[in-house]
Amino acid sequence: MKADPKGVLTGSHYLDGDHACCEGALAAGCRFVAGYPITPSTEVVERFSARIPRVGGIFIQMEDELSSSIAILGASWAGVKSMTVTSGPGFSLMMEHIGLAVMLETPCVYVDVQRGGPSTGLPTLPSQADMMQARWGSHGDYEVIAISPSSPQECFDMTIDAFNLSEQYRTPVFLMMDECVGHMTEKVVIPPADKIEVTPRRYTKLPPGKYLPYKPDRDLVPPIVKAGDGYRFHVTGLTHNEKGYPVMSADCQETLVHRLVDKIRVNAKKIIRYEEEKINGADVIVVSYGITARVAQQAIELARKDGVKVGSLRLVVVWPFPEKRIRELAGKTKAFVVPEMNYGQIVFEVERCAAGRAATFLVPHGGGTTHNPEDIYKKIMEAAG
Amino acid sequence: MSRTEIKIGGFGGQGVILTALIIGKAASLFEGRESTMTQSFGPEARGGACSAQIVVSDMKVRYPYVTVPNVLVVMSQEAYTRFEPQLDENGILLIEEDLVKSGPTRGKIRAFSIPATRFAEELGRKIVLNIVMLGFFTSVTKLVDADAVRKAIRDTVPKGTEELNLKAFEKGYEYGLNKLKEEKKKLG
Repeated sequence: MKADPKGVLTGSHYLDGDHACCEGALAAGCRFVAGYPITPSTEVVERFSARIPRVGGIFIQMEDELSSSIAILGASWAGVKSMTVTSGPGFSLMMEHIGLAVMLETPCVYVDVQRGGPSTGLPTLPSQADMMQARWGSHGDYEVIAISPSSPQECFDMTIDAFNLSEQYRTPVFLMMDECVGHMTEKVVIPPADKIEVTPRRYTKLPPGKYLPYKPDRDLVPPIVKAGDGYRFHVTGLTHNEKGYPVMSADCQETLVHRLVDKIRVNAKKIIRYEEEKINGADVIVVSYGITARVAQQAIELARKDGVKVGSLRLVVVWPFPEKRIRELAGKTKAFVVPEMNYGQIVFEVERCAAGRAATFLVPHGGGTTHNPEDIYKKIMEAAG
Repeated sequence: MSRTEIKIGGFGGQGVILTALIIGKAASLFEGRESTMTQSFGPEARGGACSAQIVVSDMKVRYPYVTVPNVLVVMSQEAYTRFEPQLDENGILLIEEDLVKSGPTRGKIRAFSIPATRFAEELGRKIVLNIVMLGFFTSVTKLVDADAVRKAIRDTVPKGTEELNLKAFEKGYEYGLNKLKEEKKKLG
């Protein structure tokens, strides 16, 4: 399906990542945002609140992040594509409803413009320290989809991807930005609406009475309905059967939660996205994501000038993690170097998949600014031996 | 020219960020080059310290921040004191001369001064001082094509203020050309 031209600001713009994310949401068809503004994500909702009256839709400035994160679930069940936007402290408050979104299989998008933490930390400065929180922050077993853009252009493109994936898999999707990407301004090209692919909601084709809200299709994703369309349905955070009614049994838990996890795992090949460069024959492979991938590229070029064979694997989709690919590469390369704006998160995934077959080096950074490329360069040289 | 780093500093309210935005936009949208603008975020209400940075390049900009600016524009004493030591020793320093008392220059730094605020007042609106400065920047540094900057001004400033802003730009631009002539004579 093509994008609705009403929400598409076709043309070349000079925008920061936050504004570009807002335009991506509008282009994807998002017509409901509930948010509690927080630096460095405020510009997303600020722009949305100014643009949405003319496009046709709703923005609500809520009383807090708890209400924001659940209002978008209600809107989604009413048939409207919805999103909330926050940063670390707000993301922490949203965790309960992220679990609910997973359990209700509600298509929606959570944007986290990461800043330095813990707690209120560094409101105006970047980090990448919420990556594991996105994966594991809510209780219980589940799988998520998280995307990490590295430029304002990608903030636009990948917000659309986030909405499309959320519709395809009936699941919350995280856009894991950071303050640097959110506040940097670059050229952003917005294509014409008929060049933007938008995934429509997977409404059931069955009539009321025949429809079961949690009976999956072959790809493990159940079709959905819209409140008010005449279907009888029930949504609950309790473990539920295909009708949506609570059933407190190990059998029902196994059927439901196993499917929720498998829905992402089985389809992971279609969801996972990474970019490789000069991987063949590389002695060292730098695994990075988000803004750090750009900074790392500078370090990689320095090392190449010194004759080191360095490859780059940039995670575009961070969750689900490309386990298989890292395992394959671990048998071929000497070492992985993982720079990230935290004291070690994604590096543990790399290490787990490398399973001792390649050395793994972290280049940590507490946040507040990006890495100095020199620090990544030094680690590449150390890893190359 | 592979990568040029520009830093602009002043008070909140002087239009520091807008100036940087116009330079970046001129390079990215109207010259077909690459540029990345970043800004310092802090308690930058009117009167507080404020700075913006732009990287202009013929290739993709990877590292987004300015570390050693090749051009420094200062519109407040504090910005001069804080940022002058960072300026590349072959760089260009542009000064709002009524607001900044500058010391001797280091290395091969070329320094140029302009009473931008006074010129803006003469044009009728003090608020366009940043655009006077932008004109000055454009002619002195020749980093970005003047027509691209003019287009970026039209594209950015509020409707109805285009003519005033373009006048402010030309004022600074002409003053910069004259300053370059003076420099040539002196060296010549």
